[in-house]
Amino acid sequence: MSTNKPSDNNFTIKIANVNGTGSASANGLLMKSLFRLGIPVVGKNYFPSNIQGLPTWYEIRASEKGYLSRSGRVDIMIAMNAETYQKDLQSVTPGGILIYDATWPRNKQLQRDDITVIGVPLSKMCNENFPSARARILMKNVVYVGVVAALLDIDLDVIRSLLNETFAKKVSLLDGNQLAIDLGYSYAKEHFSCPLPYTAKVIDRPGKGTDIMIDGNTAAGLGAVYAGATVCAWYPITPSTSLIEGYKKYCEVTRKDPDTGKNNYCIVQAEDELAAMGMVLGAGWNGARAFTSTSGPGVSLMSEFLGYGYFAEIPAVLFNVQRCGPSTGMPTRTQQSDILSSAYASHGDTRHVCLFPSDPEESFYMSANAFDLAEHLQTPILVLSDLDIGMNDWLSPELTWDESYQPDRGQVLTKEQLEEMSVFHRYVDRSGDGVAPRTLPGTHPRGAYFTRGSGHNMYGAYTEDANEYQQVVDRLMVKWNTAKGLVPKPITMGSGNAIGFVSIGSCDHAVREARDELAEAGISSDYMRVRAFPFSQDVQDFLDAHDKIYVVEQNRDSQLKSLMRLELDLDDRKTESILHYNGLPMTPGFVIDAVNADLARGEAA
Amino acid sequence: MSFMKKPTVRHPGLPRNDLGLTVRDYEGGMSTLCAGCGHDAITGAIVQAAHELSIPPHGFAKLSGIGCSSKTPAYFLGASHGFNSCHGRMPSVATGANAANRDLHYIGVSGDGDSLSIGFGQFAHAMRRNVNMLYLVENNGVYGLTKGQFSASADIGSTAKKGEENLQPPIDPCQAALTLGASFVARSFSGDKEQLVPLLKAGLQHRGFGMIDIISPCVTFNDHEGSTKSYSYSRQHFHKAISADFVPPSETIKAQYSEGASMPIELHDGSKIILRKVDGAYDPTDKAAAAIYLRERQSAGEITTGLLYINEAQQEMHDLAGSSDTPMNQIPYERLNPGSDMLKKIQSRMR
Repeated sequence: MSTNKPSDNNFTIKIANVNGTGSASANGLLMKSLFRLGIPVVGKNYFPSNIQGLPTWYEIRASEKGYLSRSGRVDIMIAMNAETYQKDLQSVTPGGILIYDATWPRNKQLQRDDITVIGVPLSKMCNENFPSARARILMKNVVYVGVVAALLDIDLDVIRSLLNETFAKKVSLLDGNQLAIDLGYSYAKEHFSCPLPYTAKVIDRPGKGTDIMIDGNTAAGLGAVYAGATVCAWYPITPSTSLIEGYKKYCEVTRKDPDTGKNNYCIVQAEDELAAMGMVLGAGWNGARAFTSTSGPGVSLMSEFLGYGYFAEIPAVLFNVQRCGPSTGMPTRTQQSDILSSAYASHGDTRHVCLFPSDPEESFYMSANAFDLAEHLQTPILVLSDLDIGMNDWLSPELTWDESYQPDRGQVLTKEQLEEMSVFHRYVDRSGDGVAPRTLPGTHPRGAYFTRGSGHNMYGAYTEDANEYQQVVDRLMVKWNTAKGLVPKPITMGSGNAIGFVSIGSCDHAVREARDELAEAGISSDYMRVRAFPFSQDVQDFLDAHDKIYVVEQNRDSQLKSLMRLELDLDDRKTESILHYNGLPMTPGFVIDAVNADLARGEAA
Repeated sequence: MSFMKKPTVRHPGLPRNDLGLTVRDYEGGMSTLCAGCGHDAITGAIVQAAHELSIPPHGFAKLSGIGCSSKTPAYFLGASHGFNSCHGRMPSVATGANAANRDLHYIGVSGDGDSLSIGFGQFAHAMRRNVNMLYLVENNGVYGLTKGQFSASADIGSTAKKGEENLQPPIDPCQAALTLGASFVARSFSGDKEQLVPLLKAGLQHRGFGMIDIISPCVTFNDHEGSTKSYSYSRQHFHKAISADFVPPSETIKAQYSEGASMPIELHDGSKIILRKVDGAYDPTDKAAAAIYLRERQSAGEITTGLLYINEAQQEMHDLAGSSDTPMNQIPYERLNPGSDMLKKIQSRMR
């Protein structure tokens, strides 16, 4: 739909606001009312690294086929921010609509003949109907929801029931919000031809009624609760903070001991990311499922301890919700630019198991899986999502939990087992998979060993002996190869085509939509989404099976392609990168254009 | 070498503690530090204190950073788990370990470089959280393992081995600890076992962050004339504000102290520290007064030793967090898993 006209249940609404004016709840109301009709929706928030007064946008895409990437078009623009008006006007797709606050005169210099401009005196209506200054500001947002409801013919009962639920405990606010909806709805009905040629219609589809709206950070935090994580150490950083907030929120609901009222979880807000990672290692070493959540700058600081965790073999889980780098970069914009720095974080021959969820649903399951892998492999596991997955509102299938699930605690010797042993040595690999049984402090005096980041031999003792040292780092590679068989396999779609797309994480929806559109235009392709590092054999097989590979990722430096080149047999002559890295989520149109341009180059040659 | 095993021969007459263990059961590997290093004396004091407290050796966890001091956990408590972490990062590892299991006794060993320079932030915040642990700063005023650079605890005017003079003011771990929220602050000298052992025992039984600054001369790089952390300087300039005796719960009744001159402080487990004030005006439960006193003595060129501050009422990290009494690493999964019905319920609010 990225190149087509809007149609019933297929359109994009963008709202330009000033941050700190209470628009989030109104925008959420609009999105959720579409969701309640059964229409697949996604809400993307383009917000500033600021608390009040700067421009912010919210984009709601409705897509009957369930495409959840950024559409790249704007069918209805609600321009509430005078400062960005010119830019917002320009961003409307030809044939689209712009709604503005007509209380004040519009800049007549700014005109477009190819769109419809609708003026609604939002401020005037609010000033006349609401007594308090605060309500007058907040309710403007709710009034435009009423306007859009009329234009798209959204069932008002749906909005009404959402308001009833939201303000069940604050009935005093209910009437005001309802009035604001009615004001906008009536004004639009009176002054414009409503509804538009395309509307929001009730649809029935599998998943309607059970699907949820969720962001990836909440899902990952919830996954950590279900995995049985008890220790969480963290340092605030956008865009990962809400993952911890999610964990905390659900711990407060589900982890208070019913008898004592005490917490069956321990969250420590650390003084910095170095300390956060140190705490996670201390807790993992001591046998608790422990995790942290951060973003690129935090991973840089945690690298010291990540190397320690790798070498001393301590379970840990780190969520890296990627944002725009380098350096501080753009904290509120998305990117996949920490792939390499995560995979090889820290000095020396260090490498880490990484998982790459593509949406909130996968964030939930991979979050839980990460703890199993960490304890099974006795090593830090990095879960790389990004701001788009982590902080935006996604339609998601209902999450389920298998009641028979038991955590994989890996090889941990019990008191009884130690009692029967004559001697314990920490790094002796008896199973041949590169993983040696460990012991927890306090279990038994025979289980004691000295954990160190300095050179050690298979017995856990300090060494500077060449052979002893090498024996240990070689075994770590055996473990690495074991990991290849344990991490999530890539997901592939299609087979037998000459063209193969390879992508990762949040590129998924845009690539899938692009593939569908290209197929309609006669260009068929296969697709593989990589879900973990180290790469399993399936990844190599997919590369081998295609004459043309497009590696689609959201960074400048082809980091996924580079990683595959380093770790696999990748033929550069048949491999092309499609790179999106301006901080906004990638659109399917971007992928399509890149493929068409490449194919045109090929024909010209 | 630390990986060398000590011979396990035991003298049949070695005294046994309440667990039937001798002091040898609390020892570790052979020290690789320089002969005469103050740190080795501290190691010996830790072994003695742990033995006398009759805590099973595997009930301890010992952690350290990087540096000469941080090597020492390999030399004591060989039957305890050890964690030799990154430079200056022991406090965070200890905090996490404690978060996972509140039932163990944690001994953190650090040095002046480890705690007062690269790790000052972590040192400060572990105190602020009042993590329940004994934290030792084995303080020699010098970077020994990298051969003699000044550390942040070097005094103004003190000189390095080759004569270079330190011009920057020192950081006093005790004054920092008082300011930053440690609930047990003490200073001692590696060469004064009589003072050190009771302080170590009290610090281990104290619930909260027990910081002991232990002046520990570096025989190789900082034991010359011009050093203020040498054996001779320390012996001359130490000022005992208060001496401490540690009395375990079982012996409290028969402990001898006269009420007037002594000040008994009861710890959470029922044991007592009997404080005998050398300086009559000193009150180790008054934080503000302790801070003033320390500064006054410092201006007079004296290094105050003894138990400088104690607050048994201050809540430790888990109390503040409302953590369950069962250690986090021992709660069965069945009690951690909210179940699939709860997941349904949670999601009912996401539609």
